[in-house]
Amino acid sequence: MSALAAVLRRELRLAWRSPGDSLNVLLFFVLTVVLFPFGVGPAAEILERIAVGVIWVMALLACLLSLDRLFRDEYEDGGLDLLILSPAPLELLVLGKILAHWLTTALPLIVVSPLLGLLLQMPPHAFPVLALSLLLGTPTLSLIGAIGAGLTLGARRGGVLIALLILPLYIPILVFGVAAVDAAAQGLSAQPHLLLLGGLLALFLPIAPVATAAALRQALH
Amino acid sequence: MQRFANPGRFLRLARAVYPWTAGLAVLCLAAGLWFAFVASPPDYQMGETVRIMYVHVPAAWMALFVYTNLAVAAAVLLVWKHPLAELAGRAMAPVGACFTALCLITGSLWGQPMWGTFWVWDARLTSVLVLFFLYLGYIALSNAFDDPTRGGKAAAILALVGVVNVPIIKFSVDWWNTLHQPASLTRLDAPAIHASMLVPLLLMAFGFTFYFVAVTLIRIRTEILARRLRALQFSQGASEVAAASPRQVSA
Repeated sequence: MSALAAVLRRELRLAWRSPGDSLNVLLFFVLTVVLFPFGVGPAAEILERIAVGVIWVMALLACLLSLDRLFRDEYEDGGLDLLILSPAPLELLVLGKILAHWLTTALPLIVVSPLLGLLLQMPPHAFPVLALSLLLGTPTLSLIGAIGAGLTLGARRGGVLIALLILPLYIPILVFGVAAVDAAAQGLSAQPHLLLLGGLLALFLPIAPVATAAALRQALH
Repeated sequence: MQRFANPGRFLRLARAVYPWTAGLAVLCLAAGLWFAFVASPPDYQMGETVRIMYVHVPAAWMALFVYTNLAVAAAVLLVWKHPLAELAGRAMAPVGACFTALCLITGSLWGQPMWGTFWVWDARLTSVLVLFFLYLGYIALSNAFDDPTRGGKAAAILALVGVVNVPIIKFSVDWWNTLHQPASLTRLDAPAIHASMLVPLLLMAFGFTFYFVAVTLIRIRTEILARRLRALQFSQGASEVAAASPRQVSA
């Protein structure tokens, strides 16, 4: 556990010292969402209809964009070898890195998401459910994404490849995340969708660190 | 299973089995196509277009069957480090992707006369499309590294993660589809299938399976020979370099 805390502390300190990386992802998220009214026109009813989907898809792409760097720098400078050689289980260290990734990239997106909902004419009573669905869904995005980041280490054209591997696996999270907010916007209960999102998180919480650790081991074999 | 870790032994076995599987594939497909096109009746509702089913449905079965095989090969590779499992996975994936593509193409050709459109976001269609993307991801990852064994292992991990995901994706797509039910779509759920249609369907399914086995055997054999060739070229290149270097030093 102290190893997990140490990795987490180190990652957060690194992110704090170069905040540009997290900020860029946040800016990407905001800018791409703001592009949509230019694409489909400013009519309120159209924007209201597509708001949830747009915010969720863009959050997913922003998460994907930031994954490339999750292990790459340490793979190239040799830091990853030290993590593998350390006596602490690699799965735990990987979990620490995933948690740090979520805290530094997904959490800012969740914080600004109600603001974007406002811009896209979402009914305000759906904002809490939007934030909650992102809060339950984005950790799973980071967990699955870490598997892809580990598998593509050292690959040619790794950045494009990771999208091909990960996006099909993201579909269930997108489906339940959007369904939760849609239900709330129509005045129905969002609970079943949120429970399913939580179930996915509970499923991938143990699977992803194990698969990512296996991927890292074979990458540095 | 460990007996066949020896590529020479596998090659001998493959050479013995291949003519049988290839022959059976040709026989089943020929008989199946004859039944499908000539000896089976047109459907009372769908007319002649029902004949697309004899390619479409076996292709859909194969798409799932090959992915299951891929996952088994991946597990064997990761657990026992079986060298042939890596080659088998690499050999099977494009065949499975082709069956999935065949299923999608024949499905949309069937959808045009039946539903009036080439594509609907039906739950089954959408899940097969996602399966196709999973195949493409596997193929892309297994070819993305300079060292082919590295790619094989990474792709094996991906295949196992994919297997956990396939039922979840299927469920989520069903869920999504019931939430966004398209206007009206006549479902083609026939309660039972008549023997005159079942015979060609099963013949085609067996034909596809034997074809898959035969093609996979050829692809594994080719891969083994290609790796031997590369190893020979490497050792030849190395000896040439070794022979050339003293002269370079003296020059």
